[in-house]
Amino acid sequence: MTDQTTEAQAAKPIPVTVLTGYLGAGKTTLLNRILSESHGKKYAVIVNEFGEIGIDNDLIVESDEEIYEMNNGCVCCTVRGDLIRVVEGLMRRPGRFDGIIVETTGLADPVPVAQTFFMDDDVRAKTELDAVVALVDAKHLPLRLKDSREAEDQIAFADVVLINKTDLVTPEELAVVEDVVRAINPTARIYKTSRSGVDLARVLDQGAFNLERALENDPHFLDHDDHVCGPDCDHDHHHHGHDHQHHDHDHTCGPDCGHDHHHHDHGHQHGHHDSMSPIHDITVKSISLRGGEMNPDRFFPWIQKITQTEGPNILRLKGIIAFAGDEERYVVQGVHMIVEGDHQRPWKDGEKRESRLVFIGRNLDFAKIEQSFIACQATAKTPA
Amino acid sequence: MPTVAPLDLEGHVVSTHFLGDIPFFATASGTVHRLDGGEKVTEAHQGLLTCIRDPFSATLLSGGEDGKVLRIGHDGTTTLLAEVPRKWISVIAGGPQNAVAYAVGKSSFVRQGDGSVKEFTEERSVEGIAFASKGLRIAAARYNGVSLHWVGTNAPAADLDWKGAHTGVTFSPDGRFLVTMMQENALHGWKLDGKSGENRHMRMTGYPAKVKSLSWSVKGKWLASSGAPAAIVWPFSSKDGPMGKAPMELGTRANIMVTQVAFHPAEEVLAIGFIDGMILGVRIADEKEALLRRPGKGAITGMSWSASGKLLSFSSEAGDCGVIDISA
Repeated sequence: MTDQTTEAQAAKPIPVTVLTGYLGAGKTTLLNRILSESHGKKYAVIVNEFGEIGIDNDLIVESDEEIYEMNNGCVCCTVRGDLIRVVEGLMRRPGRFDGIIVETTGLADPVPVAQTFFMDDDVRAKTELDAVVALVDAKHLPLRLKDSREAEDQIAFADVVLINKTDLVTPEELAVVEDVVRAINPTARIYKTSRSGVDLARVLDQGAFNLERALENDPHFLDHDDHVCGPDCDHDHHHHGHDHQHHDHDHTCGPDCGHDHHHHDHGHQHGHHDSMSPIHDITVKSISLRGGEMNPDRFFPWIQKITQTEGPNILRLKGIIAFAGDEERYVVQGVHMIVEGDHQRPWKDGEKRESRLVFIGRNLDFAKIEQSFIACQATAKTPA
Repeated sequence: MPTVAPLDLEGHVVSTHFLGDIPFFATASGTVHRLDGGEKVTEAHQGLLTCIRDPFSATLLSGGEDGKVLRIGHDGTTTLLAEVPRKWISVIAGGPQNAVAYAVGKSSFVRQGDGSVKEFTEERSVEGIAFASKGLRIAAARYNGVSLHWVGTNAPAADLDWKGAHTGVTFSPDGRFLVTMMQENALHGWKLDGKSGENRHMRMTGYPAKVKSLSWSVKGKWLASSGAPAAIVWPFSSKDGPMGKAPMELGTRANIMVTQVAFHPAEEVLAIGFIDGMILGVRIADEKEALLRRPGKGAITGMSWSASGKLLSFSSEAGDCGVIDISA
């Protein structure tokens, strides 16, 4: 908006946590814990209805979900109008709380909430989306996936997934649920809990939405996936993701997981799914691309074009890009048509200069995306 | 340069208004301060969201996080007009015959002078309300347009449609035009007195930021707006308003946004408040600028002229408020 920063504006942005999940997944239980446990922090909570929150707290704000399509011809550019107003009000007295939590209704699409923190200049100037946390009911997820697309979107869009109510399912059922979550979203951190009993430090103040910070906290953030190997890939599958110190999440290998593959043909071990597997109800897919150093003159037009044309189908994209002749890593992330990027830090000595990019979305032509991504490499031949 | 009497308050100050020659300052925490032979304080709300001057009486109207709607008199006395538990009241308007309108979610409520309350529902949240200058009629800004309701009848609303989210609304003083602020960086206007079938829309676009402040000049010849590194002033004197005309840009500063505008009550002079706390006064006729206040600690959030037009009060996001004496 302006280069001027005044005293009031110079303050550190307030972190915002978005809590999604179907009715009965345990959002209220988690919220009550956040509001009542002593963790030394105070949170303003924006809810659709007070409902079951039994705690009297003047920082709980009831707000009607109001989705606004931006009048710019882009159908996926939606924001939560009510949030803009409430956040503006809250941020006039920022000393009252350390963070904001937005609880969405069970059926809510998480995208407009997240986009509000990118598309509205005022909100963006004062707050920062910290993480999108999805609660999943381990018992009912298979059913939810069959009857709604929102359940899948919530998982696909999340930075942190809590698989809750694990005490209500068998270890086998839990394994299937975990596989499903991992198949929908290979980059989310997954925790298994009952009665929303997760360590709150794993949910709040994560910096997970900010890819730069996510990478600082967990350098292998983008590795926890089944990548589709590009021609330049020499990814060492034997050691994939098992030896990093910050790797503190419960990553269990899903059916599509790349762990311990001794070959590159990705014969996805679908064998242990029975015919009732909810994986067949999944419409969201992800692709993890890997390439060498990129030519910025090819990469930027490419990512612009792909987000413009495929934006409605892209739920999230995240990546680290190595540009030829550039001494710094470039991180890029996006939601639908919004794409942002910035230099993160210098490449370390001996660090392999490669580019990695994860797309999570629907109806994406992954072969075409991969081919065009590889064509952005600095070494790629210019088309005749 | 005119003299500035500073008033330093704690935290964000939402707005300032004169009642006669007494300036009032409303803080986000809920106190209302007035300079009436010394600083006096009224504890109005547990968290104040909006405080406006009732254009039809010498009182203020305020809404808060406590769900209360208050009328505040020149001596600081408060009257509770409505209370909606657990809802934030951030949209409020004052009308003729002591009527007050406020929005809660998808409804506008009009409380008339006799205490009766009438509800008007919309399909989407009401983001702004204004009373017409004549007759008991309200305009409710909402997604995809504005609904006009006569308070005294049960007739269906007259809808003015325009795609997008409308976040605030104002009638021109003569009632011929209606203008909304939008979530997009634009204003939208309707000509209300046109013949049916006539193109009544006015698109006012090109702003680099959202418009948050509007001010009509005396008699409604001009409409000034924030949302750019200059005050954008649209001509409304002709019968078709600003259609086909370019606005004036007053007080242009490189890259420094205007956050508030306030026309003088009697002359065509505009006070322009900036994001860095600076205030300029600009005369429309020759675009001559005068520095009224140097940059301060925070963005200007409100400005108000005294009835005599000699004093200008201002409020700021960082609490550094004051009163400027331009006759000095």
